[in-house]
Amino acid sequence: MYPEYLAESLKAVERTRAERLKLALSGQPVFPPMNAEQRKDVLGKYHPDFTPGAKRRVRIGPNRGEELTTEVADMLEARSMIEPKLMDIHLREPDYETDLLIIGGGGAGCWAAITAARNGVKSMIATKLRMGDANTMMSEGGMQAAVSRTDSPTRHYLDAIGGGHFENDPELVRVLTEDAPDVVRDLENLGVVWDKMDDGSMQVLHGGGTSRKRMVSCRDLIGATIMRTLMDEVKNHPDMINVREFEPAVELILDDKGHCAGAVLYSLDTEQFLTVKAKSTIIATGGFGRLHIRGFATTNHYGATGDGLVMAYRAGAHLKFMDSVQYHPTGAVFPEQIAGFLITEKIRGAGGQPLNKHGELFVFPREPRDIESAAIIRECSPDRNMGVETYAGRTGVWLDSPLIDMIHGEGYTRHQFPGMCRQFDRFGIDIVKRPMLIYPSLHYQNGGVGINERCETNIPGLYVAGEASGGVHGRNRLMGNSVLDYNVFGRRAGQFASEYAKTAKLGKLSVAHVNAHCTEIDDEGIDTDLVSPLILPSYTPEDVKIQQMARLGNIPARHSMLRSRFTPGERKTHL
Amino acid sequence: METEIKPREEGGKRQRVRANMVNVFINGKRHVVPEHATIMRAIEYAGHQIIRGAGCREGFCGACGTIYRLPGDYKLHTGLACTTMVKDGMSLTQIPSVPMEKAVYDLEKLTPDVNTILKVYPVIFRCVACGTCSKACPQGLPVMDYIQAAMRGDIAAVADLSFDCVACGLCALRCPAEIIQHEVGVLCKRLAGRYLRKESKELDERLQQVREHRFDAEYAELMTMDKSVLSKLYYDRDIEP
Repeated sequence: MYPEYLAESLKAVERTRAERLKLALSGQPVFPPMNAEQRKDVLGKYHPDFTPGAKRRVRIGPNRGEELTTEVADMLEARSMIEPKLMDIHLREPDYETDLLIIGGGGAGCWAAITAARNGVKSMIATKLRMGDANTMMSEGGMQAAVSRTDSPTRHYLDAIGGGHFENDPELVRVLTEDAPDVVRDLENLGVVWDKMDDGSMQVLHGGGTSRKRMVSCRDLIGATIMRTLMDEVKNHPDMINVREFEPAVELILDDKGHCAGAVLYSLDTEQFLTVKAKSTIIATGGFGRLHIRGFATTNHYGATGDGLVMAYRAGAHLKFMDSVQYHPTGAVFPEQIAGFLITEKIRGAGGQPLNKHGELFVFPREPRDIESAAIIRECSPDRNMGVETYAGRTGVWLDSPLIDMIHGEGYTRHQFPGMCRQFDRFGIDIVKRPMLIYPSLHYQNGGVGINERCETNIPGLYVAGEASGGVHGRNRLMGNSVLDYNVFGRRAGQFASEYAKTAKLGKLSVAHVNAHCTEIDDEGIDTDLVSPLILPSYTPEDVKIQQMARLGNIPARHSMLRSRFTPGERKTHL
Repeated sequence: METEIKPREEGGKRQRVRANMVNVFINGKRHVVPEHATIMRAIEYAGHQIIRGAGCREGFCGACGTIYRLPGDYKLHTGLACTTMVKDGMSLTQIPSVPMEKAVYDLEKLTPDVNTILKVYPVIFRCVACGTCSKACPQGLPVMDYIQAAMRGDIAAVADLSFDCVACGLCALRCPAEIIQHEVGVLCKRLAGRYLRKESKELDERLQQVREHRFDAEYAELMTMDKSVLSKLYYDRDIEP
């Protein structure tokens, strides 16, 4: 139920609806799309990436001297969780040995394992939480793939590269768009139930920045559908794929030639550090939403703390576009309990319109995400003051969902958006009848570890796929291209990394690069008590946290390593 | 009970609001938490770091299955911690994992009918149609109905009815017949996607075009195009209504 204080603004939305429906049915854009100048203006003035303090120079590592997102720079300049000299024995006698180590059990990681198995190579998936606890699981609206006759992979290329402000790596965008139709078929063969028309053709819808209807979907649960299919397939190959849950990687292991040779895992259950020796390694750790950049609420899953960036960076991998963050235009603002919850872009693809407090359109509903988000922030800013305020001190604009049934027919919303409906039904809001209150929410890591179209990095034996990689989307990703990204590049990483593993010869294992990182921090005079990877965010109230911090500084609660500490006199082994 | 608190929202946004507080019993221990909290927020508000029992935090992943009782109510309730609100006097515990054995199978060797169900998950024929699974489902799905459909070999119905399943496994834990309902749902969805689909002709055509390298020339042109020319092409492109 919406509270009384929102009633007046809700009435305004209802008042303008008939007129806006007419516009929507006219076939013309309901609001003029921005030209290049207007886009530049709204981005520069209102996008969070351009606010003071959003970026700073990183002082160490391969990107030294470059401006990166402040929170990312902080993580890169933080201390390691491990004491390298205590790892020696486990580097000589690793806890696990495998041909291919896959770090991360989301969409890209599962795909890599499946592809490696198809290629006859055994692999191990080490993942922080459960397999499938990943942003993949949460994607809602759809995946871009140029499957319809009016569309083509090259059109998809043009849309993606324009959405990314022409900075994307052309080779990566080519394989992204050209592999897409085959990904659709491959997933279908694994048992993904696509939304289809009566004649069997794929149902396609628009997303922000698409010039053709290209969004294929599984109602509004594409991620859950794909993820559960891939997980099930991984579990059908227990002889080929060894899955280790609650064992996130915290550092990479190199050999004496500088090739990647596995990783150090940290068991969340037993707080042991475990070593994996692997002929090739894939980082598929996803993004960084749980760093809550610029204090934004996020749509991301619990473990999205950018661990892959940190590990790869310490090992010498170069990062790309790590000065740019994607804010999804439509995160929930009300009710407070689900603040940040992703409202799929498919709502706008199906005709939903963003409206200010007077029920007026103020932006074309399907601009690329950075533009749409900046326009919503502008509308709510003191410059315009056209946002709707909630009791919790948040501001948002309406997303008029009742138009969808009016455009597509009664029952369409309930069938196409079961996830959205359920989430709001819980709070007594029927989105078929009432609009949703929204504001941009921290959504996606546009950049990441630089890769080529074979998912190779500048470190031999190290591959990266999915959100952890950088270059595919430039500085702005379009809707439906990340679902496509982890499918395309997860498959590719599995293929090329397993091929590499067949002939790779490893030298002596080492974590000397972690020592070098520590030295660099000290040499630069960096004063930090941050330990990274962060692994999990902490949402305990500050006063409670301060009481917990009394133990030994800024490390995640319960992951203090205190439980494994020796008390004086108890020590039997000399370390 | 009313107290002035400083809730720490995800994202560090903090402001002073007056909130009504309620008592909840987390693993049997009393904590005072804001009444507008979800179970997950309440556990964190109390100072816990959740390790097993949180995933997407938005109702998609099924990591946070929770059982609870309310005062004066004999029932054992089930819910997802991320989307269930606390109530005064609630006594709760999270389920860290659901022990079960997923069947291992080769999808390519199965048929979309009752024979597959008999072979892969014969346990479902123990179903006594008591409806406990449906009552336990935090998504409100008709779990019993899809198990009954599976017993009839109606794979399409199972796929449809179990579409929104988050695989939290609460149904399986409550089932007196020890069925693992959610895994039956996954199997049937995969059978439906693989075998019961209508073929998409335009997808076949597109795959054929890609195999024949039909787009190589266009890609080559776009990939080497000067940025200003590419930009003009982009902003001038027609947009399908």
